[in-house]
Amino acid sequence: MTEINDQQTARRVIADAAAGERKFHSIVPNESVASNALTLVIAIMAFLASITLGAVTLVSDTARGWQSDISREVTIQIRPIDGVDMQQALDAAQKIAARREGVDSVTVVDEETTARLLEPWLGAGLDLNELPVPRLLKVRLDGAVHLDFIALRSELSANVPGASLDDHRVWLDRLVTMASATIIGGFAIFLMMMASTVLTVVFATRGAMAGNKNVIEVLHFVGAEQGYIAGQFQKHFLILGLKGSLAGGMLAIICFIVVGAWASSNVADPAADQVAALFGTFSVGLGGYVGVLILIFVIALLTALTSRLTVFRHVGTLDRSAEHE
Amino acid sequence: MIRFDNVGVRYGMGEEVLKDLTFEIDKGSFQFLTGPSGAGKTSLLRLFFMSLKPTRGLINIFGHDSSTITKNELPSLRRRIGIVFQDFRLLNHLTLYENVALPLRVRGVEELSYRRDVIDLLEWVGLDKRIDAFPEVLSGGEQQRAAVARALIGQPEVLLADEPTGNLDPKLAQRLLRLFVELNRSGTSVVIATHDLGLMDQYDARRFVLNEGRMQIYD
Repeated sequence: MTEINDQQTARRVIADAAAGERKFHSIVPNESVASNALTLVIAIMAFLASITLGAVTLVSDTARGWQSDISREVTIQIRPIDGVDMQQALDAAQKIAARREGVDSVTVVDEETTARLLEPWLGAGLDLNELPVPRLLKVRLDGAVHLDFIALRSELSANVPGASLDDHRVWLDRLVTMASATIIGGFAIFLMMMASTVLTVVFATRGAMAGNKNVIEVLHFVGAEQGYIAGQFQKHFLILGLKGSLAGGMLAIICFIVVGAWASSNVADPAADQVAALFGTFSVGLGGYVGVLILIFVIALLTALTSRLTVFRHVGTLDRSAEHE
Repeated sequence: MIRFDNVGVRYGMGEEVLKDLTFEIDKGSFQFLTGPSGAGKTSLLRLFFMSLKPTRGLINIFGHDSSTITKNELPSLRRRIGIVFQDFRLLNHLTLYENVALPLRVRGVEELSYRRDVIDLLEWVGLDKRIDAFPEVLSGGEQQRAAVARALIGQPEVLLADEPTGNLDPKLAQRLLRLFVELNRSGTSVVIATHDLGLMDQYDARRFVLNEGRMQIYD
Protein backbone atom coordinates (compact mmCIF):
# COMPACT_ATOMS: atom_id res chain seq x y z
CA MET A 1 0.00 0.00 0.00
CA THR A 2 2.80 2.41 1.02
CA GLU A 3 4.66 1.43 -2.17
CA ILE A 4 1.64 2.35 -4.30
CA ASN A 5 1.25 5.68 -2.51
CA ASP A 6 4.93 6.49 -3.06
CA GLN A 7 4.64 5.71 -6.75
CA GLN A 8 1.55 7.91 -7.03
CA THR A 9 3.28 10.74 -5.23
CA ALA A 10 6.30 10.40 -7.48
CA ARG A 11 4.19 10.46 -10.61
CA ARG A 12 2.27 13.46 -9.35
CA VAL A 13 5.48 15.33 -8.48
CA ILE A 14 6.99 14.54 -11.88
CA ALA A 15 3.82 15.49 -13.75
CA ASP A 16 3.54 18.66 -11.74
CA ALA A 17 7.17 19.50 -12.35
CA ALA A 18 6.90 18.84 -16.06
CA ALA A 19 3.65 20.76 -16.54
CA GLY A 20 3.77 23.84 -14.32
CA GLU A 21 6.31 26.59 -14.06
CA ARG A 22 8.87 25.84 -11.37
CA LYS A 23 9.84 28.58 -9.00
CA PHE A 24 13.57 28.66 -8.46
CA HIS A 25 15.15 29.67 -5.20
CA SER A 26 17.74 32.40 -5.40
CA ILE A 27 21.23 31.00 -6.01
CA VAL A 28 22.45 33.07 -3.07
CA PRO A 29 20.78 31.99 0.20
CA ASN A 30 18.18 34.58 1.13
CA GLU A 31 17.75 34.20 4.84
CA SER A 32 20.64 33.79 7.18
CA VAL A 33 21.66 35.19 10.53
CA ALA A 34 24.65 36.88 8.88
CA SER A 35 22.43 38.57 6.26
CA ASN A 36 20.00 39.84 8.89
CA ALA A 37 22.87 41.09 11.05
CA LEU A 38 24.37 42.83 8.02
CA THR A 39 21.07 44.57 7.25
CA LEU A 40 20.85 45.74 10.85
CA VAL A 41 24.45 47.02 10.88
CA ILE A 42 23.86 48.87 7.61
CA ALA A 43 20.63 50.39 8.96
CA ILE A 44 22.39 51.63 12.11
CA MET A 45 25.35 53.07 10.21
CA ALA A 46 23.07 54.70 7.61
CA PHE A 47 21.03 56.25 10.42
CA LEU A 48 24.10 57.63 12.20
CA ALA A 49 25.67 58.91 8.97
CA SER A 50 22.38 60.54 7.91
CA ILE A 51 21.93 62.20 11.30
CA THR A 52 25.51 63.48 11.09
CA LEU A 53 24.94 64.75 7.56
CA GLY A 54 21.69 66.46 8.58
CA ALA A 55 23.34 68.08 11.61
CA VAL A 56 26.29 69.26 9.54
CA THR A 57 24.09 70.82 6.84
CA LEU A 58 21.95 72.45 9.56
CA VAL A 59 24.98 73.95 11.29
CA SER A 60 26.61 75.08 8.04
CA ASP A 61 23.36 76.64 6.77
CA THR A 62 22.94 78.46 10.09
CA ALA A 63 26.56 79.65 10.04
CA ARG A 64 26.12 80.97 6.49
CA GLY A 65 22.89 82.65 7.66
CA TRP A 66 24.75 84.52 10.41
CA GLN A 67 27.22 85.82 7.85
CA SER A 68 24.62 86.98 5.37
CA ASP A 69 22.41 88.58 8.04
CA ILE A 70 25.19 90.70 9.43
CA SER A 71 26.65 91.62 6.05
CA ARG A 72 23.27 92.95 4.85
CA GLU A 73 23.39 95.86 7.28
CA VAL A 74 25.83 98.72 8.09
CA THR A 75 25.59 101.47 10.71
CA ILE A 76 26.26 105.19 10.57
CA GLN A 77 27.23 106.65 13.91
CA ILE A 78 27.09 110.38 14.62
CA ARG A 79 28.97 111.62 17.64
CA PRO A 80 27.61 114.78 19.29
CA ILE A 81 29.80 117.79 18.61
CA ASP A 82 29.34 121.17 20.23
CA GLY A 83 27.48 123.59 18.01
CA VAL A 84 26.19 120.91 15.65
CA ASP A 85 22.49 120.16 15.62
CA MET A 86 22.09 116.40 15.98
CA GLN A 87 18.75 116.22 14.16
CA GLN A 88 20.15 118.09 11.17
CA ALA A 89 23.18 115.81 11.12
CA LEU A 90 20.93 112.75 11.23
CA ASP A 91 18.80 114.06 8.36
CA ALA A 92 21.85 114.93 6.27
CA ALA A 93 23.41 111.50 6.85
CA GLN A 94 20.12 109.80 6.03
CA LYS A 95 19.85 111.72 2.74
CA ILE A 96 23.46 111.02 1.76
CA ALA A 97 23.14 107.31 2.48
CA ALA A 98 19.73 106.94 0.84
CA ARG A 99 21.06 108.43 -2.42
CA ARG A 100 23.71 105.79 -2.76
CA GLU A 101 23.27 102.84 -5.07
CA GLY A 102 23.16 99.58 -3.18
CA VAL A 103 21.22 101.01 -0.24
CA ASP A 104 17.76 99.62 0.37
CA SER A 105 16.65 101.76 3.29
CA VAL A 106 18.08 104.08 5.96
CA THR A 107 16.41 104.22 9.37
CA VAL A 108 17.29 106.53 12.21
CA VAL A 109 17.40 104.71 15.52
CA ASP A 110 15.03 106.89 17.49
CA GLU A 111 15.73 108.32 20.92
CA GLU A 112 13.55 105.82 22.69
CA THR A 113 15.32 102.84 21.12
CA THR A 114 18.73 104.40 21.76
CA ALA A 115 17.81 104.90 25.39
CA ARG A 116 16.70 101.28 25.60
CA LEU A 117 19.98 100.13 24.10
CA LEU A 118 21.91 102.06 26.72
CA GLU A 119 19.65 101.06 29.58
CA PRO A 120 21.83 98.17 30.80
CA TRP A 121 24.73 100.58 31.35
CA LEU A 122 23.09 103.89 32.19
CA GLY A 123 19.85 102.81 33.81
CA ALA A 124 16.22 103.62 33.04
CA GLY A 125 14.73 107.08 32.54
CA LEU A 126 17.66 108.39 30.56
CA ASP A 127 17.31 111.83 28.94
CA LEU A 128 19.51 111.81 25.86
CA ASN A 129 19.69 115.62 25.77
CA GLU A 130 21.61 115.61 29.06
CA LEU A 131 24.37 113.35 27.85
CA PRO A 132 26.58 113.42 24.76
CA VAL A 133 25.25 110.15 23.43
CA PRO A 134 26.06 109.20 19.83
CA ARG A 135 23.11 108.46 17.53
CA LEU A 136 22.81 105.67 15.03
CA LEU A 137 21.34 105.14 11.56
CA LYS A 138 20.70 101.61 10.32
CA VAL A 139 21.50 101.27 6.63
CA ARG A 140 19.91 98.19 5.07
CA LEU A 141 21.75 97.07 1.93
CA ASP A 142 20.28 95.91 -1.30
CA GLY A 143 22.03 92.58 -1.83
CA ALA A 144 21.86 92.81 -5.61
CA VAL A 145 23.94 96.01 -6.02
CA HIS A 146 27.32 96.54 -4.36
CA LEU A 147 27.58 99.62 -2.15
CA ASP A 148 30.72 101.75 -2.52
CA PHE A 149 31.69 101.96 1.18
CA ILE A 150 34.76 104.16 0.60
CA ALA A 151 32.80 106.82 -1.32
CA LEU A 152 29.98 106.80 1.26
CA ARG A 153 32.45 107.03 4.12
CA SER A 154 34.27 110.02 2.58
CA GLU A 155 31.03 111.81 1.64
CA LEU A 156 29.73 111.41 5.19
CA SER A 157 32.89 112.68 6.83
CA ALA A 158 33.01 115.66 4.43
CA ASN A 159 29.39 116.69 4.93
CA VAL A 160 28.31 115.49 8.37
CA PRO A 161 30.57 116.43 11.29
CA GLY A 162 31.14 113.54 13.69
CA ALA A 163 29.76 110.94 11.28
CA SER A 164 31.45 107.58 10.81
CA LEU A 165 30.48 104.47 8.92
CA ASP A 166 30.72 101.07 10.58
CA ASP A 167 30.48 98.21 8.08
CA HIS A 168 30.86 95.62 10.89
CA ARG A 169 34.01 94.40 9.22
CA VAL A 170 35.57 93.33 12.53
CA TRP A 171 32.48 91.38 13.58
CA LEU A 172 32.00 90.00 10.13
CA ASP A 173 35.59 88.76 9.97
CA ARG A 174 35.16 87.03 13.32
CA LEU A 175 31.88 85.51 12.29
CA VAL A 176 33.26 84.32 8.97
CA THR A 177 36.16 82.70 10.79
CA MET A 178 33.84 81.09 13.31
CA ALA A 179 31.35 79.97 10.67
CA SER A 180 34.12 78.55 8.49
CA ALA A 181 35.59 76.71 11.46
CA THR A 182 32.13 75.36 12.31
CA ILE A 183 31.53 74.20 8.73
CA ILE A 184 35.00 72.64 8.40
CA GLY A 185 34.61 70.96 11.79
CA GLY A 186 31.19 69.64 10.79
CA PHE A 187 32.45 68.22 7.54
CA ALA A 188 35.46 66.70 9.28
CA ILE A 189 33.07 64.93 11.65
CA PHE A 190 30.95 63.86 8.67
CA LEU A 191 34.01 62.52 6.83
CA MET A 192 35.04 60.53 9.92
CA MET A 193 31.50 59.21 10.20
CA MET A 194 31.56 58.23 6.52
CA ALA A 195 34.94 56.54 6.92
CA SER A 196 33.65 54.49 9.84
CA THR A 197 30.45 53.71 7.88
CA VAL A 198 32.48 52.52 4.89
CA LEU A 199 34.75 50.36 7.05
CA THR A 200 31.85 48.91 9.04
CA VAL A 201 29.81 48.13 5.92
CA VAL A 202 32.82 46.61 4.11
CA PHE A 203 33.80 44.36 7.02
CA ALA A 204 30.21 43.41 7.84
CA THR A 205 29.63 42.49 4.18
CA ARG A 206 32.81 40.44 4.09
CA GLY A 207 31.66 38.73 7.28
CA ALA A 208 28.30 37.90 5.72
CA MET A 209 30.07 36.68 2.57
CA ALA A 210 32.25 34.31 4.60
CA GLY A 211 29.22 32.08 5.12
CA ASN A 212 28.70 31.91 1.36
CA LYS A 213 32.13 30.59 0.40
CA ASN A 214 30.71 27.14 -0.16
CA VAL A 215 28.14 28.56 -2.60
CA ILE A 216 30.85 30.44 -4.52
CA GLU A 217 32.99 27.29 -4.74
CA VAL A 218 30.13 25.09 -5.95
CA LEU A 219 29.09 27.64 -8.59
CA HIS A 220 32.69 27.94 -9.70
CA PHE A 221 33.16 24.18 -9.96
CA VAL A 222 29.95 23.59 -11.91
CA GLY A 223 31.27 25.95 -14.57
CA ALA A 224 29.77 29.33 -13.67
CA GLU A 225 31.72 32.28 -14.98
CA GLN A 226 33.25 34.62 -12.45
CA GLY A 227 31.08 37.50 -13.68
CA TYR A 228 27.93 35.39 -13.24
CA ILE A 229 28.79 34.47 -9.64
CA ALA A 230 29.77 38.05 -8.83
CA GLY A 231 26.54 39.29 -10.46
CA GLN A 232 24.38 36.98 -8.34
CA PHE A 233 26.03 38.10 -5.10
CA GLN A 234 26.12 41.73 -6.15
CA LYS A 235 22.36 41.71 -6.82
CA HIS A 236 21.63 39.98 -3.51
CA PHE A 237 23.83 42.30 -1.47
CA LEU A 238 22.59 45.41 -3.30
CA ILE A 239 19.07 44.53 -2.12
CA LEU A 240 20.34 43.84 1.42
CA GLY A 241 22.24 47.13 1.41
CA LEU A 242 19.24 49.04 0.08
CA LYS A 243 16.95 47.52 2.72
CA GLY A 244 19.31 48.49 5.53
CA SER A 245 20.29 51.92 4.29
CA LEU A 246 16.69 52.82 3.37
CA ALA A 247 15.55 51.86 6.87
CA GLY A 248 18.34 53.88 8.52
CA GLY A 249 18.09 56.87 6.16
CA MET A 250 14.29 57.08 6.35
CA LEU A 251 14.39 56.89 10.14
CA ALA A 252 16.85 59.81 10.13
CA ILE A 253 14.58 61.82 7.80
CA ILE A 254 11.61 61.13 10.11
CA CYS A 255 13.73 62.39 13.01
CA PHE A 256 14.53 65.63 11.10
CA ILE A 257 10.85 66.19 10.35
CA VAL A 258 9.70 65.42 13.90
CA VAL A 259 12.33 67.65 15.54
CA GLY A 260 11.64 70.43 13.00
CA ALA A 261 7.90 70.20 13.69
CA TRP A 262 8.51 70.19 17.43
CA ALA A 263 10.77 73.26 17.23
CA SER A 264 8.30 75.26 15.14
CA SER A 265 5.25 74.25 17.20
CA ASN A 266 6.85 75.19 20.54
CA VAL A 267 8.00 78.72 19.77
CA ALA A 268 7.00 79.95 23.22
CA ASP A 269 8.77 77.11 24.95
CA PRO A 270 12.14 78.15 26.50
CA ALA A 271 13.88 75.03 25.20
CA ALA A 272 12.55 75.61 21.68
CA ASP A 273 13.53 79.28 21.93
CA GLN A 274 17.07 78.23 22.74
CA VAL A 275 17.16 75.90 19.74
CA ALA A 276 15.67 78.63 17.52
CA ALA A 277 18.26 81.13 18.74
CA LEU A 278 21.04 78.80 17.65
CA PHE A 279 19.60 77.13 14.58
CA GLY A 280 16.82 79.38 13.37
CA THR A 281 13.82 77.26 12.39
CA PHE A 282 15.77 73.99 12.85
CA SER A 283 14.96 72.80 9.39
CA VAL A 284 17.34 70.55 7.47
CA GLY A 285 17.40 72.04 3.99
CA LEU A 286 16.79 70.30 0.69
CA GLY A 287 20.54 69.65 0.49
CA GLY A 288 20.35 67.59 3.68
CA TYR A 289 17.50 65.42 2.37
CA VAL A 290 19.19 64.95 -1.01
CA GLY A 291 22.41 64.10 0.84
CA VAL A 292 20.63 61.41 2.86
CA LEU A 293 19.17 59.89 -0.34
CA ILE A 294 22.62 59.88 -1.95
CA LEU A 295 24.00 58.31 1.22
CA ILE A 296 21.39 55.53 1.05
CA PHE A 297 22.41 54.61 -2.50
CA VAL A 298 26.13 54.97 -1.82
CA ILE A 299 25.92 52.56 1.14
CA ALA A 300 23.89 50.05 -0.92
CA LEU A 301 26.37 50.30 -3.81
CA LEU A 302 29.26 49.90 -1.41
CA THR A 303 27.70 46.71 -0.03
CA ALA A 304 27.18 45.34 -3.55
CA LEU A 305 30.70 46.28 -4.65
CA THR A 306 32.26 44.67 -1.58
CA SER A 307 30.42 41.41 -2.25
CA ARG A 308 31.55 41.52 -5.90
CA LEU A 309 35.20 42.04 -4.94
CA THR A 310 34.97 39.32 -2.29
CA VAL A 311 33.73 36.87 -4.96
CA PHE A 312 36.60 37.79 -7.28
CA ARG A 313 39.10 37.45 -4.46
CA HIS A 314 37.76 34.08 -3.33
CA VAL A 315 37.52 32.65 -6.85
CA GLY A 316 41.10 33.79 -7.36
CA THR A 317 42.19 31.55 -4.49
CA LEU A 318 40.39 28.49 -5.88
CA ASP A 319 42.49 27.99 -9.01
CA ARG A 320 46.11 28.46 -8.22
CA SER A 321 49.54 27.04 -8.50
CA ALA A 322 50.45 24.36 -5.97
CA GLU A 323 53.46 26.37 -4.77
CA HIS A 324 51.10 29.09 -3.55
CA GLU A 325 49.04 26.78 -1.36
CA MET B 1 41.63 13.84 -24.20
CA ILE B 2 43.68 14.42 -21.03
CA ARG B 3 47.41 13.86 -21.15
CA PHE B 4 50.00 14.15 -18.34
CA ASP B 5 53.74 14.38 -19.14
CA ASN B 6 56.23 14.18 -16.25
CA VAL B 7 53.89 16.06 -13.96
CA GLY B 8 55.01 16.89 -10.44
CA VAL B 9 53.21 18.73 -7.65
CA ARG B 10 54.70 20.26 -4.55
CA TYR B 11 52.84 22.42 -2.03
CA GLY B 12 54.91 25.42 -0.98
CA MET B 13 58.49 24.39 -0.28
CA GLY B 14 57.54 20.87 0.85
CA GLU B 15 58.28 17.52 -0.78
CA GLU B 16 56.61 16.55 -4.03
CA VAL B 17 53.25 14.89 -3.37
CA LEU B 18 52.94 13.75 -7.00
CA LYS B 19 56.01 12.70 -8.95
CA ASP B 20 56.69 12.12 -12.65
CA LEU B 21 53.14 11.29 -13.67
CA THR B 22 52.86 10.35 -17.32
CA PHE B 23 49.63 8.85 -18.64
CA GLU B 24 46.63 9.55 -20.82
CA ILE B 25 42.88 9.41 -20.30
CA ASP B 26 41.38 8.34 -23.62
CA LYS B 27 37.94 9.17 -24.90
CA GLY B 28 35.41 6.64 -23.63
CA SER B 29 37.86 5.02 -21.19
CA PHE B 30 37.08 3.78 -17.67
CA GLN B 31 39.62 3.84 -14.85
CA PHE B 32 39.82 3.49 -11.11
CA LEU B 33 42.23 5.69 -9.19
CA THR B 34 43.32 4.16 -5.91
CA GLY B 35 46.01 4.23 -3.28
CA PRO B 36 46.43 4.75 0.46
CA SER B 37 45.28 7.94 2.19
CA GLY B 38 47.65 10.81 1.52
CA ALA B 39 48.94 9.22 -1.68
CA GLY B 40 47.84 12.26 -3.71
CA LYS B 41 44.48 11.14 -5.16
CA THR B 42 42.70 14.39 -4.36
CA SER B 43 45.60 16.46 -5.71
CA LEU B 44 45.47 14.42 -8.93
CA LEU B 45 41.71 14.97 -9.25
CA ARG B 46 42.29 18.70 -8.74
CA LEU B 47 44.83 18.63 -11.57
CA PHE B 48 42.24 16.95 -13.80
CA PHE B 49 39.73 19.56 -12.79
CA MET B 50 42.15 22.47 -13.35
CA SER B 51 41.74 23.79 -9.82
CA LEU B 52 45.43 23.14 -9.20
CA LYS B 53 48.38 23.94 -11.44
CA PRO B 54 51.35 21.55 -11.44
CA THR B 55 54.76 22.57 -10.20
CA ARG B 56 56.39 20.94 -13.22
CA GLY B 57 55.52 18.93 -16.29
CA LEU B 58 52.81 19.37 -18.89
CA ILE B 59 49.09 18.69 -18.71
CA ASN B 60 47.09 18.81 -21.89
CA ILE B 61 43.33 18.96 -21.39
CA PHE B 62 41.05 18.83 -24.43
CA GLY B 63 43.92 20.11 -26.57
CA HIS B 64 44.81 23.00 -24.22
CA ASP B 65 48.08 23.27 -22.35
CA SER B 66 46.88 23.75 -18.76
CA SER B 67 49.61 26.29 -18.01
CA THR B 68 48.27 28.63 -20.70
CA ILE B 69 44.55 28.32 -19.94
CA THR B 70 43.20 31.74 -19.03
CA LYS B 71 40.59 32.46 -16.37
CA ASN B 72 38.07 33.21 -19.09
CA GLU B 73 38.62 29.85 -20.81
CA LEU B 74 38.34 27.89 -17.58
CA PRO B 75 34.52 27.77 -17.17
CA SER B 76 33.90 26.44 -20.70
CA LEU B 77 36.57 23.74 -20.28
CA ARG B 78 35.30 22.85 -16.82
CA ARG B 79 31.81 22.32 -18.21
CA ARG B 80 33.23 19.43 -20.24
CA ILE B 81 34.16 17.71 -16.95
CA GLY B 82 31.66 16.49 -14.37
CA ILE B 83 32.87 16.10 -10.81
CA VAL B 84 31.40 14.28 -7.83
CA PHE B 85 32.98 15.60 -4.66
CA GLN B 86 33.66 13.35 -1.72
CA ASP B 87 31.60 15.71 0.47
CA PHE B 88 28.91 16.08 -2.25
CA ARG B 89 28.86 19.91 -2.07
CA LEU B 90 25.14 20.23 -2.60
CA LEU B 91 23.64 23.64 -1.82
CA ASN B 92 21.34 23.26 1.17
CA HIS B 93 19.05 26.16 0.25
CA LEU B 94 18.20 24.66 -3.14
CA THR B 95 15.92 21.70 -3.78
CA LEU B 96 17.23 18.48 -5.26
CA TYR B 97 15.85 19.49 -8.66
CA GLU B 98 17.58 22.88 -8.43
CA ASN B 99 20.86 21.33 -7.29
CA VAL B 100 20.89 18.92 -10.21
CA ALA B 101 19.90 21.66 -12.67
CA LEU B 102 22.52 24.08 -11.31
CA PRO B 103 25.23 23.50 -13.98
CA LEU B 104 22.70 24.34 -16.70
CA ARG B 105 21.15 27.22 -14.79
CA VAL B 106 24.52 28.97 -14.40
CA ARG B 107 25.06 28.64 -18.15
CA GLY B 108 21.86 30.58 -18.72
CA VAL B 109 20.02 27.64 -20.33
CA GLU B 110 16.22 28.03 -20.44
CA GLU B 111 14.62 25.92 -17.70
CA LEU B 112 11.97 24.42 -19.95
CA SER B 113 14.63 22.99 -22.25
CA TYR B 114 16.26 20.88 -19.53
CA ARG B 115 13.39 20.11 -17.17
CA ARG B 116 12.70 16.71 -18.69
CA ASP B 117 16.43 15.81 -18.65
CA VAL B 118 16.73 16.67 -14.95
CA ILE B 119 13.67 14.61 -14.07
CA ASP B 120 14.88 11.69 -16.20
CA LEU B 121 18.28 11.84 -14.56
CA LEU B 122 16.73 11.91 -11.10
CA GLU B 123 14.68 8.85 -12.05
CA TRP B 124 17.84 7.19 -13.35
CA VAL B 125 19.61 7.67 -10.00
CA GLY B 126 16.44 6.69 -8.13
CA LEU B 127 15.65 10.06 -6.61
CA ASP B 128 12.52 10.96 -8.55
CA LYS B 129 10.45 10.86 -5.35
CA ARG B 130 12.65 13.43 -3.64
CA ILE B 131 12.61 16.02 -6.39
CA ASP B 132 11.54 18.91 -4.14
CA ALA B 133 13.41 17.80 -1.04
CA PHE B 134 16.28 19.83 0.36
CA PRO B 135 19.68 18.13 0.74
CA GLU B 136 19.64 18.35 4.53
CA VAL B 137 16.74 15.88 4.73
CA LEU B 138 18.40 13.37 2.37
CA SER B 139 20.46 10.43 3.53
CA GLY B 140 24.18 10.27 2.70
CA GLY B 141 23.48 7.83 -0.12
CA GLU B 142 20.78 10.05 -1.59
CA GLN B 143 23.05 13.07 -1.44
CA GLN B 144 25.76 11.02 -3.14
CA ARG B 145 23.43 10.10 -6.00
CA ALA B 146 22.21 13.70 -6.28
CA ALA B 147 25.83 14.81 -6.61
CA VAL B 148 26.30 12.23 -9.38
CA ALA B 149 23.18 13.50 -11.17
CA ARG B 150 24.47 17.08 -10.94
CA ALA B 151 27.82 16.03 -12.39
CA LEU B 152 26.09 14.34 -15.32
CA ILE B 153 23.39 16.84 -16.25
CA GLY B 154 25.75 18.84 -18.46
CA GLN B 155 26.66 15.67 -20.42
CA PRO B 156 30.36 15.94 -19.63
CA GLU B 157 33.04 14.24 -21.68
CA VAL B 158 34.85 13.16 -18.52
CA LEU B 159 33.36 12.22 -15.15
CA LEU B 160 35.56 12.47 -12.07
CA ALA B 161 34.21 10.90 -8.89
CA ASP B 162 35.98 11.18 -5.54
CA GLU B 163 35.02 8.22 -3.32
CA PRO B 164 31.52 8.07 -4.82
CA THR B 165 30.54 4.95 -2.90
CA GLY B 166 31.94 6.03 0.46
CA ASN B 167 28.49 6.61 1.96
CA LEU B 168 26.65 3.78 0.27
CA ASP B 169 25.86 0.25 1.35
CA PRO B 170 27.25 -2.47 -0.94
CA LYS B 171 23.96 -2.84 -2.81
CA LEU B 172 23.70 0.88 -3.61
CA ALA B 173 27.42 1.04 -4.40
CA GLN B 174 26.92 -1.73 -6.94
CA ARG B 175 23.98 0.13 -8.43
CA LEU B 176 25.97 3.34 -8.69
CA LEU B 177 28.82 1.48 -10.36
CA ARG B 178 26.33 0.17 -12.91
CA LEU B 179 25.28 3.78 -13.55
CA PHE B 180 28.90 4.73 -14.19
CA VAL B 181 29.42 1.78 -16.51
CA GLU B 182 26.25 2.66 -18.41
CA LEU B 183 27.43 6.23 -18.68
CA ASN B 184 30.83 5.06 -19.91
CA ARG B 185 29.18 2.96 -22.59
CA SER B 186 27.47 6.07 -23.87
CA GLY B 187 30.92 7.56 -24.50
CA THR B 188 31.86 9.42 -21.31
CA SER B 189 35.33 8.82 -19.88
CA VAL B 190 35.11 7.89 -16.20
CA VAL B 191 37.72 8.28 -13.45
CA ILE B 192 36.67 6.93 -10.04
CA ALA B 193 38.93 7.59 -7.07
CA THR B 194 38.22 4.93 -4.45
CA HIS B 195 39.59 2.88 -1.58
CA ASP B 196 36.93 0.26 -2.15
CA LEU B 197 38.71 -2.85 -3.45
CA GLY B 198 35.39 -4.72 -3.58
CA LEU B 199 34.01 -2.09 -5.93
CA MET B 200 37.05 -2.30 -8.22
CA ASP B 201 36.79 -6.09 -8.31
CA GLN B 202 33.25 -5.82 -9.69
CA TYR B 203 34.33 -4.21 -12.94
CA ASP B 204 37.32 -4.94 -15.07
CA ALA B 205 38.89 -1.57 -15.78
CA ARG B 206 42.25 0.13 -15.88
CA ARG B 207 43.65 0.92 -12.43
CA PHE B 208 45.84 3.87 -11.52
CA VAL B 209 47.53 3.05 -8.21
CA LEU B 210 49.16 5.97 -6.43
CA ASN B 211 51.73 5.32 -3.77
CA GLU B 212 53.94 7.98 -2.20
CA GLY B 213 53.21 10.27 -5.12
CA ARG B 214 54.18 7.80 -7.84
CA MET B 215 51.72 6.08 -10.10
CA GLN B 216 51.55 2.54 -11.36
CA ILE B 217 49.08 1.68 -14.08
CA TYR B 218 47.46 -1.75 -14.38
CA ASP B 219 45.68 -2.15 -17.69
